[in-house]
Amino acid sequence: MLSRHADSLYWLARYVERAENTARLLEAATRLSATPIIADGGRNEWEMAVDGTGTLDLFHQQYAEATQRTVVDYLAFSPANPSSIRCCLDIARANARSVRTALTMDMWETINSGWMETRGVNSPNLTRQELSDFLSRVKELSLRFDGSAYRTMLRNDAYYFLRLGTFIERADFTARVLALKADVLDPSKPSLGGSADYFQWSWILRSVSALTSYHWVYRDNLKPNLVAEFLILKAEMPRSLVYCYENITLNLDSLSRDYGRQGTSQRKARMLLSQLQDTTLPGLFAIGLKEFLERFILDNDSLGTTIAEQYLG
Amino acid sequence: MPAFDEMHGFGQGARPAYRTIQAWLDRSDPENLKRLQKEAEFLFRRIGITFAVYGDAEAEERIIPFDIVPRVLTSSEWATLSKGLTQRVTALNRFLADIYGAGDIIRAGIVPADLVYQNSAFRPEMVGLKLPHDVYIQIAGIDVIRTDDKDFYVLEDNARTPSGVSYMLENRDVQMRLFPDLFAETRIQPVENYPDELLASLRSLAPASTAGEPTVVLMTPGPLNSAYYEHSFLADKLGVELVEGRDLYVLDEVVYMRTTRGPKRVDVIYRRIDDDFLDPMVFRPDSVLGIPGLISAYRAGNVTLANAVGTGVADDKAIYTYMPEIVRFYLGEEPILKNVPTWRCREPDCLRYVLDHLPELVVKEVQGSGGYGMLVGPKSTKEQIETFRARLMADPHGFIAQPTLALSTSPTFVGDGVAPRHIDLRPFVLTGADKVRIVPGGLTRVALKEGSLVVNSSQGGGTKDTWIIADPVDDAPPVISSQSQSQSGG
Repeated sequence: MLSRHADSLYWLARYVERAENTARLLEAATRLSATPIIADGGRNEWEMAVDGTGTLDLFHQQYAEATQRTVVDYLAFSPANPSSIRCCLDIARANARSVRTALTMDMWETINSGWMETRGVNSPNLTRQELSDFLSRVKELSLRFDGSAYRTMLRNDAYYFLRLGTFIERADFTARVLALKADVLDPSKPSLGGSADYFQWSWILRSVSALTSYHWVYRDNLKPNLVAEFLILKAEMPRSLVYCYENITLNLDSLSRDYGRQGTSQRKARMLLSQLQDTTLPGLFAIGLKEFLERFILDNDSLGTTIAEQYLG
Repeated sequence: MPAFDEMHGFGQGARPAYRTIQAWLDRSDPENLKRLQKEAEFLFRRIGITFAVYGDAEAEERIIPFDIVPRVLTSSEWATLSKGLTQRVTALNRFLADIYGAGDIIRAGIVPADLVYQNSAFRPEMVGLKLPHDVYIQIAGIDVIRTDDKDFYVLEDNARTPSGVSYMLENRDVQMRLFPDLFAETRIQPVENYPDELLASLRSLAPASTAGEPTVVLMTPGPLNSAYYEHSFLADKLGVELVEGRDLYVLDEVVYMRTTRGPKRVDVIYRRIDDDFLDPMVFRPDSVLGIPGLISAYRAGNVTLANAVGTGVADDKAIYTYMPEIVRFYLGEEPILKNVPTWRCREPDCLRYVLDHLPELVVKEVQGSGGYGMLVGPKSTKEQIETFRARLMADPHGFIAQPTLALSTSPTFVGDGVAPRHIDLRPFVLTGADKVRIVPGGLTRVALKEGSLVVNSSQGGGTKDTWIIADPVDDAPPVISSQSQSQSGG
């Protein structure tokens, strides 16, 4: 396929995934803002949500204060935030349009109609109910897109590039949310005390929609080390780093099988996967959770660049 | 006198071809039709069948209105039409091969030399170049109209990059989706094989140097182009890559595309981009849409362009006036399709007549298209006519004039009911190495504004599904059912 089309598919998937992740961050913030506890170094839940996208500096250049109004505006609608949900959907649709021939009708209709439905919603002064409706629609778009890709696409290079985009983006997001709260999860760091910790841990899990599944896997209360293990090392958790890398490796291997040739991307991905698989919980905390995650974010980013060089250029 | 109506003729009741439509309209509840009309619009928007209007930033993407009342032609009407279309496009191809070759028609004094050689669409790069099977116009869109049930007139030949075929295909799809019952009553010739016919045509004209199966691509200026939807739609149906200039490059006079597996040779380019932008080394140097070196590969015979470079001479409106002679000259036949009588403003006598009769004429730019830059005398104000008069006198060579024809009308759903609106028809004519292919039908365009004669989508026109049906039998013989085995055992 055309390199440009592969590039569009890859970024289409990344932006759809990013829109969904940002919607989940906002949902978690809304939820947390309804609880009485505000902790974590005086930062409120809205600022945490912005931090989850790794763009706190950009936010502060544009807004004085992190409130529901400013953060919803910034994360959901602002044209000045290239990763706002609105921008993600615009870019996703522009990519979908340029690569329409590689999409199935169901996928295109999902993106196009989702884009049209959410285009009208704009005011940062939404009521809670309106905000929640908007965020549900964004999540629905992502779920339907994912589902229609899974159910209707040919299993060829177009599919593999799409999946690579999804999992590179997801790994990045999970790692960022964890890195943000690394101190709260690290047993060597001081506890916030009382229920404050609990709300922090549940915020992490909620941000990646993993609260319920945590209970199913561990059948236990929230424990910081288990939260870290769950989102980094548990292969059955579809948002964990290990799961993402199993899939990245799988899709890169499928590509190399179809094309009859291996490259740097395949080697790099396999190396990262085996590092993750060899890591244990005590090992993780020995390195330092924050250091480990920051390292991972860089490696993940560099794999994205390698894939681009090998296929998308 | 009111215009000829496809359904009612000149008011004698439903013509046989339209009986089904008449019965359907009679029994349909207008509210229900209104709802379905809305649903059709919703479908088009959701599928993303949009086009952009230049200079209209607000509505970056619009849909062309689809009218739910089909336009019907009978098989015998179609037979005449398709024969005429084949004849006309064959002559156009012969004409192009001639003017870029020996120039017989000019030496014979049939077409004036300056109209050809000083034409801004004439491409000296094409002179002496031998194309596979001498086919220049692989895809033509011929706009035809009629004013009664006898003759078809050609209004315009589109020989560069005619668009609209995606609407022909999607209109049928949507019509079938919304009105399945209507299709149960009538057998309509299918159009869905168009992409297959197109691909077969294109492949048949691959360069001789092609190794194995030719690789065909569709080249678009990109998502900002007004017809981008159509480009992606067609590429998808053809199963070929939709490329932009930056996806292709030329090495040693061979065209390659950049793929995830490395470079791949390209043999046939169905390009939906104007000559001017094809190759910055030969045409407009500021074009970022083109492929540097493409024309060198073309001249080396290593790639086929569809349509060929320089076909614009053939669809020039000044050349149009010579089409009857062009058909006779190359084919020795009488033209089956008529030309609309046309005054060439470059000729002083004609100019004088045109200037004296502006309020009753249609005046068009020789190089214009899309319904832009034309004067419809009877529908224009005094000021508009005077402004146009000044333009015409400043550059008589740039214009032709025609009588204001009463284009036939067809019942159309407008607002709350059905009313006659003027229509034309653009069939798509494919020329391959072996034969000319035309899928039965085409794109019917309709001027939705009451009384308007301009059907172009950029000027508020809509489209209809176009049906070619079996000839209705007026006096059907009594039906005799076949004998069956007696059940009584007697």
